[in-house]
Amino acid sequence: MPPRLLVHSKKVPMAKEKEQKQPMPPVGTWAPAVALGWLVPGGGHFLLKRNGRGALLFAAVTSMFLCGLMMQGAMFQPQSGDLLTTLINTGGFVGDVCSGILYLLSVWFGYNVPDMPGHVHDYGTKFLVTAGLLNVLAMVDAYEIASGRKD
Amino acid sequence: MPKLNLSHFEAAFLFALFSSVVMGVVTKRNDRDRLHYGLYTFACFLLALFGIGWLMYLGHG
Repeated sequence: MPPRLLVHSKKVPMAKEKEQKQPMPPVGTWAPAVALGWLVPGGGHFLLKRNGRGALLFAAVTSMFLCGLMMQGAMFQPQSGDLLTTLINTGGFVGDVCSGILYLLSVWFGYNVPDMPGHVHDYGTKFLVTAGLLNVLAMVDAYEIASGRKD
Repeated sequence: MPKLNLSHFEAAFLFALFSSVVMGVVTKRNDRDRLHYGLYTFACFLLALFGIGWLMYLGHG
């Protein structure tokens, strides 16, 4: 008689299963704060009466964006082509747009600087994108505050 | 729009400063921890700035 293999039939609980998923809060509780946070950096925090943090976020994101403009950084435009070109330009464009009113105003006032060689312009381009990405962090924070997950 | 002509160090310093402020504000749950985390992040940025700067300098020979 051939030996039989014993196989454990019990499931091993995974770490992810242990974490309890929090239910999604109603859109109406967080959407205004997140939308205002996108439009005006720190605006979501102001709406939620976190004025000190809102002021710091507004100052940091706006200063970074203005430094990017003064360094003559280039704004990204979505482009198709090979994968890397699409990824960089579309990602950069999304980063720029995330600055909200700062991006909209600069485009409305005709800011259009071509990509130029030089470290100052290069830093400027990165400053513009990073200002948008930092604003995304601020929007996520506003979402957590509005949904009661954070003070 | 006035033009800003910064050196590598000045630009990276400003980048570190603004990023640290935002990271400090959004990450922790009380003001004391936020201040500590912001300072810690800023110190890490500067450490990386000097470290990588020296690495590139020495790498060039």
